[in-house]
Amino acid sequence: MAVDAARPQSHATPPQSPAAPPQTYMSAALPGALKSALLTALVTLGLCFPIVAWETQLDIESRLTLVSWWGYVAAFVAIAFVGRFAYVMWRALPREQRQAIAPRAKLSADVKQRIAIVGLLLLIFFPFISIAAAGTAGSIKWIDNYGTQILIYILLAWGLNIVVGLAGLLDLGYVAFYAVGAYSSALLAKNFGLSFWLCLPLAGIFAAMYGLMIGIPVLRLRGDYLAIVTLAFAEIVQRVAVNWDTVTGGYNGISGIPRPTLFGYSLSPGPDSLPSLLGLAPSPLYRVIFLFYLVLVMALLVNWVATRLRRLPLGRAWEALREDEIACRSLGINTVTTKLSAFATGAFFGGIAGPLFAARQGIVSPSSFVFMESAMILAIVVLGGLGSQLGVAIAAVVMIGGTELLRELGWLKAVFGPEFDPGKYRMLIFGFAMVLLMVVRPRGFITHRDPSITLGGRQTERQA
Amino acid sequence: MQPIADPLLTVDRLTMRFGGLLAINALTFEVGRGQITALIGPNGAGKTTVFNCITGFYQPTGGRMALAHRGPVQEQELAGLTASGRRYDRHACGGLFLLERMQDHEIAAKARVARTFQNIRLFPAMTVLENLIVAQHRELMKASRFSIAGLLGTKGYRAAEEQAVERARHWLEKTGLVDRADEPAGDLPYGAQRRLEIARAMCTQPMLLCLDEPAAGLNPRESADLTRLIRAIRDETGTSVLLIEHDMSVVMEISDHVVVIEYGCKIADGTPEEIKSDANVIAAYLGVEDAETAVAVVEAGA
Repeated sequence: MAVDAARPQSHATPPQSPAAPPQTYMSAALPGALKSALLTALVTLGLCFPIVAWETQLDIESRLTLVSWWGYVAAFVAIAFVGRFAYVMWRALPREQRQAIAPRAKLSADVKQRIAIVGLLLLIFFPFISIAAAGTAGSIKWIDNYGTQILIYILLAWGLNIVVGLAGLLDLGYVAFYAVGAYSSALLAKNFGLSFWLCLPLAGIFAAMYGLMIGIPVLRLRGDYLAIVTLAFAEIVQRVAVNWDTVTGGYNGISGIPRPTLFGYSLSPGPDSLPSLLGLAPSPLYRVIFLFYLVLVMALLVNWVATRLRRLPLGRAWEALREDEIACRSLGINTVTTKLSAFATGAFFGGIAGPLFAARQGIVSPSSFVFMESAMILAIVVLGGLGSQLGVAIAAVVMIGGTELLRELGWLKAVFGPEFDPGKYRMLIFGFAMVLLMVVRPRGFITHRDPSITLGGRQTERQA
Repeated sequence: MQPIADPLLTVDRLTMRFGGLLAINALTFEVGRGQITALIGPNGAGKTTVFNCITGFYQPTGGRMALAHRGPVQEQELAGLTASGRRYDRHACGGLFLLERMQDHEIAAKARVARTFQNIRLFPAMTVLENLIVAQHRELMKASRFSIAGLLGTKGYRAAEEQAVERARHWLEKTGLVDRADEPAGDLPYGAQRRLEIARAMCTQPMLLCLDEPAAGLNPRESADLTRLIRAIRDETGTSVLLIEHDMSVVMEISDHVVVIEYGCKIADGTPEEIKSDANVIAAYLGVEDAETAVAVVEAGA
């Protein structure tokens, strides 16, 4: 549109001289900003006093002593003061000047497509890149912990995106479908000796059936109520996994799940495995790479189905349902079946992720399917931008990759001394980043919605 | 007031009770086939309640609402269907529907009654064109074989989609919205949103179009455009129109038939001329002789 056409100029030219220089606005806002910053610092001090300032420690004689951390308190207060001050001053500038200094990126469809292509290429070559960078032994961690794990989350988030992003049904218990998929595939494989390739669709079908089962009573609820009930159902699934120990193995879970095979050939190190038949040196790397590509293919399949569905009557009805349920009914759309279909489709994709997870870990246990997982997947969807496939993928990389990377913060010991344990601060940094992101982009990374259908070339003509 | 020869919709002793409140009391009226019928009355008379009963958003307490796709209806057919306990008969009269037994989405899909809302209900984040395509959901869903053929992109589905776009384009042209087809519906100005809602209702190819205060909030020029649009709908598609309207100039200009209700009861029923001179309407509802002034007075007092 016209706005988009004008934007590149503001990138190219330096900030044009506006009516008033930034200094005028800044000096006008100074007293207010100082006051606001002082207040924020005071609140921080109040919060830090009980939380940060004191620590009880046992000394050598097992006596409880009080250690004070006033240095930290001072640091936090200073950060709050400076941060608030800078923020208020920044907001005092008129929008145009802020735009000129730091243009806000708005992704056009073109740019989005480029990002998607580059991202896909990166994913396809990721195993080779990591082997080249970290060597055969070192790359396993990268491919498995980063690559495969992130891809599983992308897959889950894309599934949930259908339910939350498209149909607008807030599901806080998505992990239940993941759990149903994982457990059903594990049980089928262990008890009936079904192959992974059969378990994969069956897990999806079981999860979808579970979705229908809970969907029928639940979907008459809306918004918050739906969220609470889905949360409860997820909790039920986890409890069943814990307590039905004759079937699920209780807290120990089910271990020794057979790894997926390729046309009947194993990829794990062993005499009959495909790598050894091909005369390659035995290494767990092949299995890891195979799994990576397997999950990649599944994720792309889910993406294809989801994007395609969005452009079909069913997907449009889902979006219409999110927009106005009463209008939907006035147009002859059966809202109950439409909601159920969204719920079941999302559940199916969540279910498919289950066997992939089981294949990666070789074990399923209740601890993998706690509420935190649901919250994580939902956070990915919300941060990515509800309904945006690319945004969700980026958010998954940032969130999962980010938390994993925070494990690698060993070098910070050089800065803060050998006592510093970066693992302790992982979730803190993560939480802080999330808050920051929601302040900067309250509606997620990608907020632009592509129309599912357009009337010929009119739109592009007017853009030009 | 003489009975309508071939009514599309026969509302017979419709009653709607909300707890102790009798919103509609044994209301009987007919909507003529291919006619524009106006439902008027002071605020709180129960007009929108009647709409909600017809379109299935409320379950009426009593009465019968029979809609026949092809008339005239034989009394015994209607009596037979009523006695059978079924909701509709696809074979009698090209489709005979007892609306009080049907759910809202069934009424829209099967009996083909479309409606607009007093407070506009579009899908604001979706584009104008998408709004019109969603309205054709049932047909497209069938054509996509519940998404299977759609996922594979078969020829049949693509043809159906093209046809749906053509129908949408037709109504966009009629409502003057072609240029804004790919903009989010929520970005349209108020008057355009009203027209879009009518276009969306028309995309369901209804037999009966129910318009709830279509001229509310429109300026005189937009009002005149709307009048032309409603006339065109009646004349070109043969769709019967039932409308609630406060703007008496619109009502008197376009209606073939006017039904006046007050406190849930019908107080008069006839052609606009008859209504203008009806003693009941003047005495009980309008209070003064000149219809337009009277409405102004009623509205100001309400």
